[in-house]
Amino acid sequence: MISRNFVASLVVSAIAAASGIANAQEVGSRAPAFDLVGVPKQVRLADMKGQVVYVDFWASWCAPCKQSFPWMNEMQAKYGPRGFNVVGINVDQKREDAEKFLVGTPAKFPVAYDTTGKVAELYQPKGMPTSFLIGADGKVRAIHIGFKDGNREELEREIQAALTAARK
Amino acid sequence: MDRSVAVCFKLAAALALSSLLVGCGTVQPWQKGNLAKEEMAFDPDPLQTRFMEHTYFSKEGAAGGLSVGGGGCGCN
Repeated sequence: MISRNFVASLVVSAIAAASGIANAQEVGSRAPAFDLVGVPKQVRLADMKGQVVYVDFWASWCAPCKQSFPWMNEMQAKYGPRGFNVVGINVDQKREDAEKFLVGTPAKFPVAYDTTGKVAELYQPKGMPTSFLIGADGKVRAIHIGFKDGNREELEREIQAALTAARK
Repeated sequence: MDRSVAVCFKLAAALALSSLLVGCGTVQPWQKGNLAKEEMAFDPDPLQTRFMEHTYFSKEGAAGGLSVGGGGCGCN
């Protein structure tokens, strides 16, 4: 006989699947590892171990993402030598859409393609763009949803703080 | 025999319930590519809408006849 527990767990898992409950990332939680096809090469979080990583989830259809790119290029150029990495994870279902976007809005940092959304599933970005600042200890230091010009200073301060913490 | 019938019923109920839940999909923020398309907007072309409205309430002789009360002077 099929146990009542089995039926109950089936129902519970169906509800969970339907409502999209997953472990969202929080400040202080360990950043999930990822390994994605990217440009100029494969992008792995593990390869940047011990460094500060700014993971930005973006899409070609997202207007504020366009504004964030020049800023991320600037940050990569400014803090790159100190062990800072910007990684842009694209969540477009079609890679061509992302490539078209990149023609007009060039990225001077590695871009990874998450066409199936499996990494987005792990990080659960709440909007587009959403950035996760990962400290040298591999833990999420800050999460930022959206991008406005007014955010630049605050975000840069967070990056500086993460780099200072990394040196200790 | 009775027992297995009961189990069948329970199983059928569970299946029916879970099939209902399939309809409750959520669109995640990173999956909104299609929803972000221009043609998916409620009002894809505001200018076109203004023209249509103007023609409509001119014909009807009711300024703001589409949404606002009053008018009827036929002066549009």
